[in-house]
Amino acid sequence: MAVEREIVIRNKEGLHFRPIMRFVDLASKFDCRIQVFCNEHEADGHSPMELLMLVGTQGSTVRLVTDGKDEQEAIVGLCRLFESGFGET
Amino acid sequence: MAAGAAGLWPMIQKKGTIASPGVAIGPALVLDTEEYRIPRRTIDATRVPAQIHILDDALKASREEVRELRLATARQLGDKIATIFALHEEIIADKKLRDVVVGNIENNRYTAAYAFGLQMNELQRRFRNVADPYLKERVRDLFDIEKRVMRHILGRAREDITRLTEPVVVVAHDITPSQAVSFDQEHVLGFAINVGGSTSHTAILARMLGKPAVVALNDITSDVAGGEPVIIDGTHGIVVVNPDPETIERYQAQQAKDRASEIELRELRELPAVTQDGHTITLLANIELSNEARSAMDSGAEGIGLYRTEFLFLSGERAPNEEDQYEAFRTAVRHTGTKPITIRTMDLGADKMMSAMGAHHDHNPVLGLRSLRYCLKNLGMFRTHLRAILRASAHGDVRIMFPMVTNLMELRQAKSTVFDVMEDLEEDEIAFRRDLPIGMMVETPAAAMLASIFVKEVAFFSLGTNDLTQYTLAVDRANERVSDLYAPHNPAVIRLIRQVIRTGRRADVTVNLCGEMAGAPIYTMLLLGLGLRQLSMAPKDIPEVKKIIRLVTLRKCETVVQKVLRFDDDRQILNYLRDRLRDIDPDAI
Repeated sequence: MAVEREIVIRNKEGLHFRPIMRFVDLASKFDCRIQVFCNEHEADGHSPMELLMLVGTQGSTVRLVTDGKDEQEAIVGLCRLFESGFGET
Repeated sequence: MAAGAAGLWPMIQKKGTIASPGVAIGPALVLDTEEYRIPRRTIDATRVPAQIHILDDALKASREEVRELRLATARQLGDKIATIFALHEEIIADKKLRDVVVGNIENNRYTAAYAFGLQMNELQRRFRNVADPYLKERVRDLFDIEKRVMRHILGRAREDITRLTEPVVVVAHDITPSQAVSFDQEHVLGFAINVGGSTSHTAILARMLGKPAVVALNDITSDVAGGEPVIIDGTHGIVVVNPDPETIERYQAQQAKDRASEIELRELRELPAVTQDGHTITLLANIELSNEARSAMDSGAEGIGLYRTEFLFLSGERAPNEEDQYEAFRTAVRHTGTKPITIRTMDLGADKMMSAMGAHHDHNPVLGLRSLRYCLKNLGMFRTHLRAILRASAHGDVRIMFPMVTNLMELRQAKSTVFDVMEDLEEDEIAFRRDLPIGMMVETPAAAMLASIFVKEVAFFSLGTNDLTQYTLAVDRANERVSDLYAPHNPAVIRLIRQVIRTGRRADVTVNLCGEMAGAPIYTMLLLGLGLRQLSMAPKDIPEVKKIIRLVTLRKCETVVQKVLRFDDDRQILNYLRDRLRDIDPDAI
């Protein structure tokens, strides 16, 4: 049973280096499948290249889908990352 | 769609500078430039695993490189900036990236370079369309990643030039001496180079290898993707990319003609260089690389008249140590067998200064700290050099020759350095030839005019007519704006040559001539008539010169000289010599 949630990119510089690094870091702690949809593109939550290719800018909406044993923990953790603006402003 | 399919691409013709004569026709091999124009080439299914292997190695090496860079950056500039490289590292290590590229290789049969470039282009394209200026800037990081990985992919390919499997024409911005010497000579047909002049290393090397080459083409690398047919017409300084069938046919006819005359000349190899009236002329070879001694001897040389040692100092990153030098000299001596081999001591100037010498830039390099002058100011390096030559002398008929001598003190100092090194070798009980002949180049007007003084202190003279002409006429022949004034047949130069030959003969000291004049048939009669009995030239010139020698009499040559000495203008002399050559061998013109 997959879990799905939409969230807006809040940090100013969008999905760039540090946010992607932190995202991938956190994603790697979970066993479930993680998909990120944005701007009509799809990325594997474990692939920094694909996440970068989403070119997610400030204000873009991102749809997160997790699927697997720890899908709940994963989606909560990852959404919190977005909500905190990846520790930036 | 194979690159260069005849007819699909326009024929491009470019004019450059003649570097080495002859015609080469073959597919282009483009050596990397900073722009990495990677040709789309499909590969055979059997080569797919090898390409994936190349990709994996390149990714691994790139990742290690970025890791080092990240750690160094973190130490120097802090973690925040180092994060940039952390992402580079992550992207290079990204399994998804590898999967896409491997898919490109497997499904489309692309090379690793092309497949990787394709994916990076796709990424960059996505970023170029972003409105956000910050994210848009990230395209630079993608460029950086692409270049790094590409360098590793091509780095492999570059090494492969030492073992090519099919004949190619090398197209490059420039070639370093170390690249040039590592070429797989069997499969490299010719060179088309963006930069350089007729005396650049690429040019010298191409002539030496007998490969057609055109240099100073400016931007030939941007006209060639790689794999398409290219014609190099080194005789006229022309390069044709994607030639049409008629052009190919025309050049193939030229190649056939060249080959026929080459065969004719090869038959001369076994024949002696004797004039019609029975005088024997000794023909020696000029070489630059130790291994070249073998082919030089094969071309009919009776020894090595000039072994230029500069390449040893130019081809590596560091200065060659005694063993490096000894190995090279030993190899050359072995190939020369029992025949004489004259090793000229290092003749580098500020113009070709290797980085290890770290010298200041002389304002006027040809008049600056170079050659023997440099050696005498850097005795440690000079002694190592001499020690290696002397050690090689234990294995054959080695002679030492000093370049660029202008006064007696230099010669004496150089000789006493040789004797010092000999004493060291004796103490160390290392074998060498005690009585090896020591001679000098006569390539400055001063040395030529003082020949009667120098002759008492040397075993032989060797006329270096390239520099002698340059210094006498004050003309830099590499400078296109004055190179038309460069003429070894200028009456002033001829008089100096004559004076040196006569001085040598009176003192019973051998006089050799090792400038390019020696290998040009137009000067053969003149030089014989002036009294030279020994000429040293590029191995490829030996058959042609021998042919002329076998067609003339010495008596005839002497009358040619009488006439030449009466002309007071170099153009008259050149025309006269051309006519005389035409009389005996119309093909030679």
